[in-house]
Amino acid sequence: MRKLQSLYKRKTSLTDQNKTVRFEAIALPHLGASYNLARWLVHNDHDAEDIVQEAYLRAFKFFGGYYGGDAKAWLLTIVRNTCYTWLQKNQALRLADPIDDTVNDAVVDFSDPEVLLLQGIDSELVRHALKDLPVEFREVVVLREMEGLSYKQIAEAVDIPIGTVMSRLKRGRNRLHAMLATHMGKEDDNELRRNA
Amino acid sequence: MNCDETRDLIHGYFDGELELVKSIEIEDHLNDCHPCAQSAKQIRSLRSTLSQDNVRFDLPKSLEQRVRSTLSSNIEPKQRPGSLFWRWFVVGASAIVAVALVWVIAGVFSRQSSGDVIAQEIVSSHVRSLMADHLTDVPSSDQHTVKPWFNGKLDFSPPVKDLSQQGFSLTGGRLDYIGSRPVAALVYQRRQHSINLFVWPSTDSAAESERASVHQGYNLIAWSNGGMAYWVVSDLNLAELQQFVQLLREQTPDGPAKM
Repeated sequence: MRKLQSLYKRKTSLTDQNKTVRFEAIALPHLGASYNLARWLVHNDHDAEDIVQEAYLRAFKFFGGYYGGDAKAWLLTIVRNTCYTWLQKNQALRLADPIDDTVNDAVVDFSDPEVLLLQGIDSELVRHALKDLPVEFREVVVLREMEGLSYKQIAEAVDIPIGTVMSRLKRGRNRLHAMLATHMGKEDDNELRRNA
Repeated sequence: MNCDETRDLIHGYFDGELELVKSIEIEDHLNDCHPCAQSAKQIRSLRSTLSQDNVRFDLPKSLEQRVRSTLSSNIEPKQRPGSLFWRWFVVGASAIVAVALVWVIAGVFSRQSSGDVIAQEIVSSHVRSLMADHLTDVPSSDQHTVKPWFNGKLDFSPPVKDLSQQGFSLTGGRLDYIGSRPVAALVYQRRQHSINLFVWPSTDSAAESERASVHQGYNLIAWSNGGMAYWVVSDLNLAELQQFVQLLREQTPDGPAKM
């Protein structure tokens, strides 16, 4: 009897432990990327932490459906979905105003001979500009520039075609550059005024 | 390549998403065209600005610990069932013991061995794999795809043989759990019949000869060879299942020398 009990106990705890150990080995290395993405989508430390915790629990529950493959893209997809659920619940997402992926707004004019390089720009300014970028552009920029995901991985995580990934990255970068250029221009003006 | 095309593709170029020929064409154009070269510089400077470490948000130190404890507390209830569960478990177990006693007295249970327990697990696993439509984790008829898939998932490498020439086509593999250990399950198809072949390392050298049995209407054959235990289960008739085993044994050499 006692033997049977302990046998049963050992078997269930073994499979559970196996699952946890396997999950942790696969998922924990991407915790930094998960937090960074959540933090950029919800703009708040506490909520980002809660979201990552919830997303990892979800991922753990779905883990039976994960049969190898790209763990980082898989986890970031779940983190992103959890963020969007949170944003919708908190009405922080403007769903009535979807962006038009067919538009190609080249903010940075290619014929502009004035090249503005952003070397030495204050990282707080960069953060500020990225924060102001619409979420559809912000997420692809974060996934590409900070997390190094390929177009294919981004397409899967955000659930858009690869062509759209490229056009959103292009528009996102152009907008960011324009925003930063304006900031830098203002700073230059201020400096001139101060010096005058 | 002209300026318009370059403008369309330059982001793909910087992201390493273009094929080689297009990349070279872009590079050629950037060498020749000053305005495009300037905007390429702008993109490059924006990219290096964004990838600075202090733009990214650092992982709070406490979060990893928090996630770990959430995961372990999530499986806790299963590990430590409540007292109500145990009470019912004891009642159920007593009933099972009583029934088992009757069997023992009747002499039916006299030759219960560990093999029978495993046979039962094998049949259950086979039925479950068909019921839940979860036959394969790695669906492939290519033995060179199926075998490497097990790498890192098991602490042994199961022999995977393609017998499609002989009418037993490999359809894939999956991880399973038999006799308190993870095992390889290889799935073959004969007409409409699915065959599950379970493999795991075994030191039981006494059981090299084949043992056939029937459980719940399924045919089972077990044998061991080269330090591996094999169990095959199917609703296929015994003669054809024996033929399958014969083919497998012919193709599987005696395996690695026993340690």
